[in-house]
Amino acid sequence: MKVLVPVKRVIDSNVKARVKSDQSGVDLANVKMSINPFCEIAVEEAVRLKEKGVASEVVVVSIGPAQAQETLRQALAMGADRAVLIQTDQDLEPLEVAKVLKAAIAEENPNVVIMGKQAIDGDNNATGQMLAALLDWPQATFASAVEISGDVAKVTREVDGGLQTIEVGLPAIITADLRLNEPRYASLPNIMKAKKKPLDVKEAASLGVDLKPHLKVLKVAEPAKRSAGIKVETAGDLVANLKTAGVL
Amino acid sequence: MAVLVIADHDNASLKDSTNKTVTAALALSGDVDVLVAGKDAKPAAEAAAKIAGVRKVLLAESDELGQGLAEAVEATVVPLMSGYDAVLTPATSQGKNVSPRIAAKLDVAQISEIVEVVSPDTFVRPIYAGNALETVQSSDAKKVITVRATAFKAAGEGGSAAIENVAAGAVSTKVKFVDQQLVKSARPELAGAKIVVSGGRAMGSAEEFQKVIEPLADKLGAAVGASRAAVDAGYAPNDYQVGQTGKVVAPELYIAVGISGAIQHLAGMKDSKVIVAINKDADAPIFQVADFGLVADYKNAVPELMDALAAAGK
Ligand SMILES: Cc1cc2nc3c(=O)[nH]c(=O)nc-3n(C[C@H](O)[C@H](O)[C@H](O)COP(=O)(O)OP(=O)(O)OC[C@H]3O[C@@H](n4cnc5c(N)ncnc54)[C@H](O)[C@@H]3O)c2cc1C
Ligand SMILES: Cc1cc2nc3c(=O)[nH]c(=O)nc-3n(C[C@H](O)[C@H](O)[C@H](O)COP(=O)(O)OP(=O)(O)OC[C@H]3O[C@@H](n4cnc5c(N)ncnc54)[C@H](O)[C@@H]3O)c2cc1C
Repeated sequence: MKVLVPVKRVIDSNVKARVKSDQSGVDLANVKMSINPFCEIAVEEAVRLKEKGVASEVVVVSIGPAQAQETLRQALAMGADRAVLIQTDQDLEPLEVAKVLKAAIAEENPNVVIMGKQAIDGDNNATGQMLAALLDWPQATFASAVEISGDVAKVTREVDGGLQTIEVGLPAIITADLRLNEPRYASLPNIMKAKKKPLDVKEAASLGVDLKPHLKVLKVAEPAKRSAGIKVETAGDLVANLKTAGVL
Repeated sequence: MAVLVIADHDNASLKDSTNKTVTAALALSGDVDVLVAGKDAKPAAEAAAKIAGVRKVLLAESDELGQGLAEAVEATVVPLMSGYDAVLTPATSQGKNVSPRIAAKLDVAQISEIVEVVSPDTFVRPIYAGNALETVQSSDAKKVITVRATAFKAAGEGGSAAIENVAAGAVSTKVKFVDQQLVKSARPELAGAKIVVSGGRAMGSAEEFQKVIEPLADKLGAAVGASRAAVDAGYAPNDYQVGQTGKVVAPELYIAVGISGAIQHLAGMKDSKVIVAINKDADAPIFQVADFGLVADYKNAVPELMDALAAAGK
């Protein structure tokens, strides 16, 4: 069984994003970039499937600039077998990312796609669902447990109100939630080994997918700042202040 | 322009996020219909018909819609879209599961989690865990939008819209509902509560979380929330998580107990009207957004707060 994992290069989750002073976007110059945390969880899940003997090959795909090769190497160091960079300097919207992934899937023919539920920059939480719709494959989003037997995946999903379990026939799209697993740290020998693993680069423009944006960003602004209030000495003072503020 | 709102409901009743999404829809157009897709969902449809400003309620029912399968909801909505210029869904886990599918089938972008309608084609949405607000203009003929409900006021009652049955869409893919385990609680719903009490990693165990956070919440008639660290450690169910990747809340009063205030947590609560932080570390980042900070060990501070509330007649 072949698993395909799309991974996105994003701002590191420990870095606070800063808006550019001309309001044209978020300043990413000299900012630490990493693999999107949800994609990392997806890679971990795929590698575990391989270690359990359920999967035979794990292919990671990223759509982005040349630097996304670093992100792919990170995934290879975690245990993925092979990587594909679909190169573009354009900031693609989720629908276009899904269309490019669909084209990649037509070439790779995976039995299952495991991806992040959300990228922490765009925060769209959309690409996996769009890809499932475009392919007419079943979707199991926000997964906190995945069990694959034969051509069926049983997936526990984190939903409002608790947990839901569904079964999807493969091929299917699974999107990872935070509690699916805890990704491993790549060991130094594995980081070295990853440098020799195959990484193909193709141009996004060569796939024949319409990449025209549907949305125009008019401006990116900083949200209103909250200022720190006061420190109170006792619980009694706190209650008195809350009464004055009219919230009790 | 006509706008369709996909209701958030549990068949028996409508969730408050539906009324809030109707408000966002009314900022786009005066012609707003609400779709209630479920099973035995007549009561929810009747509640939707009473929302002020709603033109018509569409009711679609099937087993698969009752199970909330995304494929079924999408297959119900897409054929209806010939009659609408926009479809708005509350950005709940169900809304997020369904809406991108509709966008993909219509070959349009999704405009995710809007917090403001600037004009019928221009919207504001948070990105980067709420550290930036993006204003986007859509060139699509039909708009597919999810709505951050906390950013809009709930539309009131007073409507008397007609209810019309529409066909439930069939699921074409191999997906089967197995079961669900929902947390039953007599407390108010987290997303719409007026007061939220949240506990963090400091609790140290599920027992402690129940002993400290829940009684304080009950005294205040509040909903219970948690940080991701508390949920990951199993102190609280996943449904309680507040933050970038959990629920977004904006209550009148948010009380954070033993929560440090990581960017991802703040993303889910920093629009609360009044924020209280109880933390023993005076340098915890949560104090930078708190209106009232109490630097103390929660083990003493929470019982004292319970007493002070009792003394104040709570
Ligand atoms: C005009 C315009 C300007 C933009 N400006 C910026 C900007 O300044 N900075 C910026 O970072 N972004 C920018 N973007 C991109 C945008 O904010 C989102 O990052 C993009 O739309 C993808 O959405 P998402 O990552 O939130 O997707 P989600 O749906 O949240 O992603 C879910 C999952 O999809 C997969 N995925 C998503 N993208 C990729 C990818 N490229 N390769 C492989 N897998 C992927 C991953 O598995 C991921 O976990 C811009 C977009 C437009 C149209
Ligand atoms: C991709 C991604 C998504 C995330 N999404 C979310 C999200 O949606 N929501 C979320 O909350 N987090 C999220 N996180 C995690 C976030 O970064 C933090 O790790 C988390 O919020 C920390 O939880 P905490 O404040 O409970 O724990 P800690 O940071 O460990 O803080 C515990 C606090 O308790 C205080 N304390 C300890 N003992 C006591 C005592 N006896 N009395 C009083 N105070 C005490 C300490 O001083 C400390 O400030 C996400 C992280 C990533 C990478």
